[in-house]
Amino acid sequence: MIDRHRLEVLTEPAVEWIIRLCGISAIIFVFGIFFFVFREGSGILFRGFDLVEFFTSSQWVPTSIGNKRYGIFALIAGTASVTLLAMAIAVPFGLGTAVFVSEFCTPKLKEAFKIVIELLAAIPSVVWGFIGLTIMNELIIRLFNAPIGLTVLNGGIILALMSIPIIVSIAEDSLKAVPDSYREAAEALGASRWQMVYRVLLPAAKNGLLAAVLLGIARAIGETMAVLMATGHAVRIPRSVLDPVRTLTATIAAELGEAPVHSDHYQVLFLIGVVLFSITFLVNLTADLIVKGIRQK
Amino acid sequence: MMTSQMAKQPKKSDRSTPDRPSSRHVPPGPSGGVENPFAETPFGRRKRRVEFFAKAVFLLMTLLIVFPLIVIIVYLLYKAFPILSIDFLFTNPTGGMRAGGIWAPLLGTIYLVVISLLVASPVGVLAAVYLNEYARDTWLTRIINLAVVNLAGVPSIVHALFGVGAFVLFSGMGRSILAASLTLAIMTLPVIIAATREALGAVPMAFREACWNLGATRWQTIRRIVLPNSISGILTGIILQVSRAAGETAPVMFTGVVFYKAISEGDLFAYGLFDQCMALSMHLFTISTQVPNVPDALPYGTAVVLLGTVLMVNALSICIRAYLRSRKKW
Repeated sequence: MIDRHRLEVLTEPAVEWIIRLCGISAIIFVFGIFFFVFREGSGILFRGFDLVEFFTSSQWVPTSIGNKRYGIFALIAGTASVTLLAMAIAVPFGLGTAVFVSEFCTPKLKEAFKIVIELLAAIPSVVWGFIGLTIMNELIIRLFNAPIGLTVLNGGIILALMSIPIIVSIAEDSLKAVPDSYREAAEALGASRWQMVYRVLLPAAKNGLLAAVLLGIARAIGETMAVLMATGHAVRIPRSVLDPVRTLTATIAAELGEAPVHSDHYQVLFLIGVVLFSITFLVNLTADLIVKGIRQK
Repeated sequence: MMTSQMAKQPKKSDRSTPDRPSSRHVPPGPSGGVENPFAETPFGRRKRRVEFFAKAVFLLMTLLIVFPLIVIIVYLLYKAFPILSIDFLFTNPTGGMRAGGIWAPLLGTIYLVVISLLVASPVGVLAAVYLNEYARDTWLTRIINLAVVNLAGVPSIVHALFGVGAFVLFSGMGRSILAASLTLAIMTLPVIIAATREALGAVPMAFREACWNLGATRWQTIRRIVLPNSISGILTGIILQVSRAAGETAPVMFTGVVFYKAISEGDLFAYGLFDQCMALSMHLFTISTQVPNVPDALPYGTAVVLLGTVLMVNALSICIRAYLRSRKKW
């Protein structure tokens, strides 16, 4: 018995070091992701690559023989249009659902809705893409009499459904964090539920709600398979919601397989990865700072 | 009309004191001349109407979100029904992926999930142990938290690029099951960390204090008291990781998963660690976009198997959680 005890005490420092190493693993991985993606893509930067053209030109012709062009502006426009449309749908619906689930529901119904929303969040993105490709595609062709249903509208609706669960769960958390005394005070003054929600709860929880929206945006920007399958595949700046587009993520997914390793095209795709990483990093950082701001108050 | 009322109404409630003063204008009730202080005023009626309207709108929004889930599941099941059978699960895709079943992709997904689970769960659980049991509120802890949040937010395609750069090329694993599983493991790490932290946080401090008072060290306390008391919460997190890893496509499509690879049917050990494999999610992508003239039921069948697996795994985790909550001892 004593031997076993001594063994445990002796090995404890080693165990603690392993735990500490695992603890900082998340930092290592985030740095590792940036490092390796940048490492693969950076080669082209030292060969006189025009960064201004990269961001402002809408000519994406990576495989032409004589005249290769790497301008991602149209791709950025594609990502922006799909994300904007998705948020125009997801923000009101997500926040509305969060308010309903947290303030207007009976406890049992609340549990049921939360489970459904959790299941909605679990649907894999490739299945969403498949739904966009089949059900939504046909629906849009029939409803709008459009030649093709794989459009900004299709991708936007799919992305909205995908980011709603994250918006609902974070918004609901931040509504739950508003102290009950606020609700009691509002009720004591004779406010109805709706008055309480929009004059007391929404202002009190507005930071958390903003963070919820930001995380929804980050999710929509980073989504790959669903937009790859549902938005058509045309590199162009969309003029209406019934135009097909191509996003940053879909471009990487579609072309990485065909680009020869360490060619210009391959390295430009990794640079797009760096751009995506930076955008989502900034959005997540902002959301995190906003949430931290609430906790300190 | 309703909406304009809704917009104006709360402003009014600001200025006039509610109910009492206006109740004087109400005509006398049946009690004959005596003013009824509880009679409904026009103002109160409008308040109730707006309230009803607001509640209806929010309910409608919620139902509109729930509705697609049900429609999608029913529609997919309906379209896939002709092809679903045990044989579908256990035969290889044949005829240029236009016929046959899904055995090779199914087994590939199982391999990817199991290996990524073996890597991610110890690291994730220990990381959570560090954050919950060891870390004090220092700048390092704050940076770790930030890193976890950001790791969860990195787009899946960027994880794929990382997998290609770090595992396939730099570590020389080539495109293999191992490289794909490691990429998946890093991607799903935040899920495990978050769930484990929650489970560890739910163990009361008094349990730890009692153990320390008996002379146990920190690690002994964690191993004998904290982990056993939170094991089911940790399991929930690991199950969620399974469902996430099974559905992901982008991170594996350049790191180890191929369009087509035939393996011997019914052999559970058909893949090696450095082989390439098929995966369900990738297979669904392939047959619905890359292969022409696939019979309609085939992609629907694949989608149903993938979605069914993921949803069942999630339902299992929800059940465990509900069961735990019902028999919590403290």
